[in-house]
Amino acid sequence: MQRFLQLPGAVGRPGAKGACGPDQEAASPVLAPDGGPPPWYQALQPEELRWLQAPEEETTPEASLEGPCPEAGQGQGQSQPLRHDDLKEMLDTNKDSLKLEAMKRIVAMIARGKNASDLFPAVVKNVACKNIEVKKLVYVYLVRYAEEQQDLALLSISTFQRGLKDPNQLIRASALRVLSSIRVPIIVPIMMLAIKEAASDMSPYVRKTAAHAIPKLYSLDSDQKDQLIEVIEKLLADKTTLVAGSVVMAFEEVCPERIDLIHKNYRKLCNLLIDVEEWGQVVIISMLTRYARTQFLSPTQNESLLEESPEKAFYGSEEDEAKGPGSEEAAAAALPARKPYVMDPDHRLLLRNTKPLLQSRSAAVVMAVAQLYFHLAPKAEVGVIAKALVRLLRSHREVKQMVLRNAILFKTCGMFEPYLKSFYIRSTDPTQIKILKLEVLTNLANETNIPTVLREFQTYIRSMDKDFVAATIQAIGRCATNIGRVRDTCLSGLVQLLSNRDELVVAESVVVIKKLLQMQPAQHGEIIKHLAKLTDNIQVPMARASILWLIGEYCEHVPRIAPDVLRKMAKSFTAEEDIVKLQVINLAAKLYLTNSKQTKLLTQYVLSLAKYDQNYDIRDRARFTRQLIVPSEQGGTLSRHAKKLFLAPKPAPVLESSFKDRDHFQLGSLSHLLNAKATGYQELPDWPEEAPDPSVRNVEVPEWTKCSNREKRKEKEKPFYSDSEGESGPTESADSEPASESESDSKSSSESGSGESSSESDNEDQEEDEEKGGGSESEQSEEEGEKRKMKKRKKAPAGRGEGSSSDEDSESSSSSSESEETSESEEEQAEPASWKRKTPPSSKSSPAAKEVSLLDLEDFTPPSVQPVSPPTVVSASLAADLEGLTLTDTSLVPSLLSPVSGVRRQELLHRVAGEGLAVDYAFSRQPFSGDPHMVSVHIYFSNSSDTPIKGLHVGTPKLPAGLSIQEFPEIESLAPGETATAVMGINFCDSTQAANFQLCTQTRQFYVSIQPPVGELMAPVFMSENEFKKEQGKLTGMNEISEKLVLPDACRSDHVVVQKVTTTANLGRVPCGAAEEYRFAGKTLTSGSLVLLTLDARPAGAAQLTVHSEKMVIGTMLVKDVVQALSR
Amino acid sequence: MIHSLFLINSSGDIFLEKHWKSVVSRSVCDYFFEAQERATEAENVPPVIPTPHHYLLSVYRHKIFFVAVIQTEVPPLFVIEFLHRVVDTFQDYFGVCSEPVIKDNVVVVYEVLEEMLDNGFPLATESNILKELIKPPTILRTVVNTITGSTNVGDQLPTGQLSVVPWRRTGVKYTNNEAYFDVIEEIDAIIDKSGSTITAEIQGVIDACVKLTGMPDLTLSFMNPRLLDDVSFHPCVRFKRWESERILSFIPPDGNFRLLSYHVSAQNLVAIPVYVKHSISFRDSSALGRFEITVGPKQTMGKTIEGVLVSSQMPKGVLNMSLTPSQGTHTFDPVTKMLSWDVGKINPQKLPSLKGTMSLQAGAPKPDENPTVNLQFKIQQLAISGLKVNRLDMYGEKYKPFKGIKYMTKAGKFQVRT
Repeated sequence: MQRFLQLPGAVGRPGAKGACGPDQEAASPVLAPDGGPPPWYQALQPEELRWLQAPEEETTPEASLEGPCPEAGQGQGQSQPLRHDDLKEMLDTNKDSLKLEAMKRIVAMIARGKNASDLFPAVVKNVACKNIEVKKLVYVYLVRYAEEQQDLALLSISTFQRGLKDPNQLIRASALRVLSSIRVPIIVPIMMLAIKEAASDMSPYVRKTAAHAIPKLYSLDSDQKDQLIEVIEKLLADKTTLVAGSVVMAFEEVCPERIDLIHKNYRKLCNLLIDVEEWGQVVIISMLTRYARTQFLSPTQNESLLEESPEKAFYGSEEDEAKGPGSEEAAAAALPARKPYVMDPDHRLLLRNTKPLLQSRSAAVVMAVAQLYFHLAPKAEVGVIAKALVRLLRSHREVKQMVLRNAILFKTCGMFEPYLKSFYIRSTDPTQIKILKLEVLTNLANETNIPTVLREFQTYIRSMDKDFVAATIQAIGRCATNIGRVRDTCLSGLVQLLSNRDELVVAESVVVIKKLLQMQPAQHGEIIKHLAKLTDNIQVPMARASILWLIGEYCEHVPRIAPDVLRKMAKSFTAEEDIVKLQVINLAAKLYLTNSKQTKLLTQYVLSLAKYDQNYDIRDRARFTRQLIVPSEQGGTLSRHAKKLFLAPKPAPVLESSFKDRDHFQLGSLSHLLNAKATGYQELPDWPEEAPDPSVRNVEVPEWTKCSNREKRKEKEKPFYSDSEGESGPTESADSEPASESESDSKSSSESGSGESSSESDNEDQEEDEEKGGGSESEQSEEEGEKRKMKKRKKAPAGRGEGSSSDEDSESSSSSSESEETSESEEEQAEPASWKRKTPPSSKSSPAAKEVSLLDLEDFTPPSVQPVSPPTVVSASLAADLEGLTLTDTSLVPSLLSPVSGVRRQELLHRVAGEGLAVDYAFSRQPFSGDPHMVSVHIYFSNSSDTPIKGLHVGTPKLPAGLSIQEFPEIESLAPGETATAVMGINFCDSTQAANFQLCTQTRQFYVSIQPPVGELMAPVFMSENEFKKEQGKLTGMNEISEKLVLPDACRSDHVVVQKVTTTANLGRVPCGAAEEYRFAGKTLTSGSLVLLTLDARPAGAAQLTVHSEKMVIGTMLVKDVVQALSR
Repeated sequence: MIHSLFLINSSGDIFLEKHWKSVVSRSVCDYFFEAQERATEAENVPPVIPTPHHYLLSVYRHKIFFVAVIQTEVPPLFVIEFLHRVVDTFQDYFGVCSEPVIKDNVVVVYEVLEEMLDNGFPLATESNILKELIKPPTILRTVVNTITGSTNVGDQLPTGQLSVVPWRRTGVKYTNNEAYFDVIEEIDAIIDKSGSTITAEIQGVIDACVKLTGMPDLTLSFMNPRLLDDVSFHPCVRFKRWESERILSFIPPDGNFRLLSYHVSAQNLVAIPVYVKHSISFRDSSALGRFEITVGPKQTMGKTIEGVLVSSQMPKGVLNMSLTPSQGTHTFDPVTKMLSWDVGKINPQKLPSLKGTMSLQAGAPKPDENPTVNLQFKIQQLAISGLKVNRLDMYGEKYKPFKGIKYMTKAGKFQVRT
């Protein structure tokens, strides 16, 4: 049968039309009934025929079996592999549509829980498929089955590794996501590397994915904990809202005990909280609750241990952030006035910043805030959460139930009292909700509102839902015990219920009455008599037992009835339930002791009956009772005290909610709900006696400098790219190797060019690094040592800077291809060659390379995969891409400012003209956050006057049409001697017009203008050689501008040429097969039109420069600039 | 966090399963089935069921149980909220969320779930982002897909996730720029036997359908914002502006979304638009009972009450009812004992009434509770709390959008005890 299907597939698949052979028909249930091939089927391809039958087979396997097809008689076990063969074939074709269909069917199988693991080899081959949907479905499959087929799963790893280097951040993120989801222990080192790498990615989205990957790796191999904690620590310092939630989640899963990691980030987390996505908010809030419990003093205690913190001013600016309509502020103000206790400002910050979240649409967030307030806020403030929780009662049933469960706890606060009516029960509520609401109502009942509550209960008692009625009766009982004033009312109400027709109601009432009577038995002889009469009718054992106990206990109040009851019970003793029998024995014993004259015989009769009962409890009890009450010859010591034993005054029972004693779990947690410790539950610690040092949370380092430090470290931890150099080298065509090498050369030299300007910032960085201490110190010194070495070999003053950058380069060529400086290149021309040799086999990268190559199963991937472009190019364009995508958060702007080392600064405002304010600017070539069409310009302010300059901002710009400016955030104050940096975006509209604007301080305005060189109006684009040629072909004629030039001798080596071109224009290098040709590609920022630059260098210095661009003006200007730069 | 998800229909078949961590055997659902059996009604299945190694958290909507399997401590509302979000997403994608629809679109469902959770932690739950990642199937697209072989997966990678406004798609374009806001208020009330209000509150929502090009920045202001007692916002609303100026300022998501929900609870503010006159009596020792209901308008601010539907769960003893309505149609289901009367519009001149007799089980004692009457109605062009939108302004884009505001009042959980 298998062959049947395979045959036509193999023959017909290559696309021959009408290849339906006779065997095909035999196998096809669609064709079979007709006997011969109907003419209209001829037009279809065999695969398509299969579609026709596929859905049928898919949804109802039986249906296809019922058809008159040949396999009808065979079991399903037979048809299953058949279909799989089918799918395999489809997966092996070149057609995406077939593959897609196959994958869809496989995914449908997985969804229904069918085993599809035998398809693994066929599916995994498609991991590199270009069709996005196929790819996604393959990922779904892989993640599901990789654990079962670990060896085969390794086939896919290299694809993801390649994806990790993709210039597109979303592809990098998704590669990391899938890679980390594959639970194959062997790839743990690779995952670790990838996570580390991604944690310092420029894109916050990739960093978020890295945070997600941490718990995955941890669950796979918990030995990695220490390394993962390092990554978490780094990510915790991240300032984007995107990352915050995910990293805290990772923190909670991997190292919740490392609360010290939070200190430095506490305030940041509090401030970011409102902008984090809902799910992150929940996790952060519950983590911060725990944190606050360890770090602050209990707000309910009365002693003042803390003094008013001097940092109060720190929050002054955010005062308006979360100002409730006066209430909260007032409460905050009133609180210190009443008590000497002063809340830690950080504690207050947390309470203030979480409060707005009560308004979230997500029930989970509201609940999280509620529990935070419950556990952390002073009693007076907890009330604010009531309103929000009541709102949730309108939500879905499940949410309602959770909220009610938690609301039960709040009885002490009384904060729900104003909302009493929101808990009234509707006849349409499900029973569970009704019972929970009842519980809350009972808790809320007090002296003042009890009449209303009781009247409401009155209605409930008549409900048709009997379970609910029973619960109501218990609730009434509880109200009666709690509130003495209404006890009699309740009791008489309950007694009325005794005449209810429903037995359950009566029984429940009896039980409750029994408990109530115990409180004041003397006054209620009548009720007991009434109850005694009920024994004839009530059949519910619990109720009967209760009545018997009552009569026995208070037999002196009903001396005449009691023996009669016992007589009746003795008669029916054998037919009673066990629990009733026990009470009969009890009653008999008590009566024997008080009224032995009348009941002696009855008692003995009952005890004899009990002696032969089937239940050993009853037999035991009977023997025991007999020994106690009937004085025997020998002992009698016990029987003398029998009366005391049996008729001791018993304390009245306390009617309690079945939901009590749950307050030792954190509110809103699963453990709290179940009242049992769930796996992974984090105990909420008790408040500390003494507050730990609050200064641990101080973060003094200005934001942007800290980040530069991070950046530094990031570069340190980037062996991944450099080993990829070694890895992909061999797979490249022979001539690409020198190209890639020259590429890296050129880059390093271009970076070295930045020397002078960066050296200063380097110094800064080092200082801050030292200040920060931490793990980077050793790296730092190592780096410095190397730097010194390099310095010796350098003669130029620029040497130092170069040293540092070449050092960076040897570790990773991926660092952003920042910018460069033409003026210095001459000095270095000779230089790079000397250290070039040193670069490639960097000692640091080689072990890692080995590790990875173990698993690099390049050969297994289908040949259709595009060859990897030289890694350096990837990284160059990657950096460019990253630039375009980061900075989603404006608060991040300063953080990425870091060393914009390679950029030439130009003067915007001289310090004389600016009255002490000197302003420089530089085109950082980093894309601008808010708007990708804007050129980002870094502005460097320095104050050389001796008074602080305040309120630096951009005044109203006067711009030509089309130009627009995104101002930098106002710099509040610049102290004398200080420098500050800001980023602004200018949309030049693809023209070199100057942008004129005013730079305002509080006192002065300065007119300034920025005119961009044409090369800054574009951003690099990553493309392959083929794409380049294709695009070039489209841009001919008018769009092609070329110029001949002669390259000076100094300008003939590869790297110099590349460096000069990239310095002049912000273009990305495109790989090129020919040695003497250089290609660059870019896109103008505003319109996104391509700019392609080709430099054809012939021997003896002659060269031709060609620029292809839709924007002819730009093309012409660019040619001019580049020729100028090259021939200088 | 969330380990696996099982979708179970009301007859107890697991028709979809998805795992985000290692695979959890579907036999874990047996604990769920046990609980389901014990609960008798689907609504009474506890949302959290502990099992020896896992915890099952479930929501029940559209006759489907969505059962999430978790292994460690997690706030239960977190999971439940997420499950509801999943249901909402399905509804948003397919129009309805039902078993056959999910089965038909199993691949899309799978893809969506894949994007929504990563390792059990929610990743992309905004419908705008999801729709960019995976396009919802439409009839047209299905046709096109079958012809051209293209797919539902967005060929462009979404950038919304990365932007400062993660809820909004980028590059939105419309020829007609429109923004519609529906102010819908629901009255929850319990009216007692004598017709006095026991409890009443108004739950309002503002649902928006915004189809605007580019990145519009809207502000919506109310005539009387102080009315709103308690509000919850879509994440797009700038909280600070609301706190300081009582103005809703936001960059809207594309398409339909719930901008705001609010609560007006001060009792005296709640006008009850209808009254119900009823006389339902059972007599002991008689097989017949009398039944009479009249519905009339009370405080309607001059608007007509439409879509009135009266329903009541009769006691078990009622065998049948023979009733005559003065308008509309009525049905009584002798099995579920559910009486429903579709009244339609209320004409103040001629009040609708439903009269007749109930036949009771002979010999059975009279039911001790009169049935509760549930009421549904609608009033167009009126927000019963008196909330009014003052104006809607748009910044950030140049065109003039079409703006529309609609008010409506509905009965929420409106019960009359008799």
